[in-house]
Amino acid sequence: MTSTSVIDELKKSQILELLEQGKRVDGRALDEPRKLMIEINAIPKANGSARVRLGDSEVVCGVKIQPDRPFPDMGDKGIFICTAELLPFSHPSVETGPPGPDVIELARVVDRGIRESHMIDLSQLVIAKNKSVVGVFADNVVVDYDGNLFDTCAYAATAAILSSKMPKWEIKDDVPTLVEGGESNVPTTTIPVSVTMGKIGNYIIVDPNGDEWDSMDARITITTDSNGNICALQKGGTGGFTFDEVIKCGEISVKVGSKIREKLKQAKEGGQ
Amino acid sequence: MGGRDTTLVLLDENGIRCDGRKVDEPRRIMIKAGGLKNADGSAYIEFGDNKILVGVFGPRDVHPKHMSNTDTGILRVRYHMEPFSVTERKNPAPSRREIEISKVIKEALEPAVMLDKFPRTAVDVYIEVLQADGGTRCAALSAASVALADAGIPMRDMVAACAAGKAADTIILDVNNEEDQAGQADMPIGYMPSLEKITLLQLDGILTPAEYKKCVETGIHGCKIVYELQKKALTEKYFGNGEK
Repeated sequence: MTSTSVIDELKKSQILELLEQGKRVDGRALDEPRKLMIEINAIPKANGSARVRLGDSEVVCGVKIQPDRPFPDMGDKGIFICTAELLPFSHPSVETGPPGPDVIELARVVDRGIRESHMIDLSQLVIAKNKSVVGVFADNVVVDYDGNLFDTCAYAATAAILSSKMPKWEIKDDVPTLVEGGESNVPTTTIPVSVTMGKIGNYIIVDPNGDEWDSMDARITITTDSNGNICALQKGGTGGFTFDEVIKCGEISVKVGSKIREKLKQAKEGGQ
Repeated sequence: MGGRDTTLVLLDENGIRCDGRKVDEPRRIMIKAGGLKNADGSAYIEFGDNKILVGVFGPRDVHPKHMSNTDTGILRVRYHMEPFSVTERKNPAPSRREIEISKVIKEALEPAVMLDKFPRTAVDVYIEVLQADGGTRCAALSAASVALADAGIPMRDMVAACAAGKAADTIILDVNNEEDQAGQADMPIGYMPSLEKITLLQLDGILTPAEYKKCVETGIHGCKIVYELQKKALTEKYFGNGEK
């Protein structure tokens, strides 16, 4: 996806020419994300799930919740792990096998956004201190690729967590045992929303599509929480940002993020 | 990487941090250009208790060949931590964290290195963390810039790096390991001071928009301090009385 070809160079010059007139290849405003479609409970066997389409990028996220041993130095906290994987049919360039640096970065940035916002109150996920805790595993699979997987995966994981039903366990004979009918929502404190922006020339564009993604000089992904605070950030790509651009991107992420947060809330309420 | 110490006071009533520094004071930084005999360029940095060695090869032939690019040279970066560099032995195989850091450091250096002058070649940057104590990626990036310059590779600017963060509700410069573990936010920044471009930027932890701005400003201030030390290291090697 990152290899440059003659076509990419042509696309880039066309994209840049349009930006100089204040336009984008697909007719969006510079700070306008693509259409976001969220379907929750797409995988009923999971404890929570979501199928999210952002433009033509599509991700399915399933949440599995199960008892686990706590991390050695975190006996009073539950576990949250978020992953991301590109399925081989999501793009012709995707190969099977162990994930490359791009995919590892994707998974880690999506995980960090949700983790650092403290969306899930992990202190409420303890079954027996230092012995047994609840683990929440959000696994994203990319079904179709058209740029900006960071946000597509983040929205899918957030929607899936919001829609999850958490079973209840109690310790009986030293093992966590399922309590029938004890289901509850996953304890959440905030709704994190990531907004990825690309820099092409001196223009900052929100939610780059596939063609824009291939033409970007640099990108920045900023996650904000429900209070409008910034909780995670990742710069990527081979270019740089000025101080003013970094501050401006922060402002855009708060503004665009608040609209997307409303959509995530609606999706959750629509599914209950 | 260490355990959590709940009795730790991150900032006392006099505004002094757990390791005795003021809020806007970086740790002791020592950078040395050169040092390795076989590498084309090298650097060693001590950034507080971090000890990091960087060696650079290239521009040289690309292996495997299919990675080469006819339009430009390529930059390859490996960030690696020794098993003995942290409290609990680290598995020597590259972790997902190390792969991500390798990638962000590579992308932070690329805007500075004039690779288009050397098509079909590779520049390899090998970063070895001998001892880690919070903020290794910034220290590694700062040392890597010096090593690239030491290798004589044309550069637009040097990338200087330093973290800013938040602990005890205060924006602080150069987050150490304890502050990273128990603090509220950590923001590593890589910056080209002459070109005024941010080339590495990450954040974990919660900041209000005003704190966010202050944090970026504080980090850039730290980068400028590191930049002077990078220049000093190169000046000492090439214009000082020491070796060559």
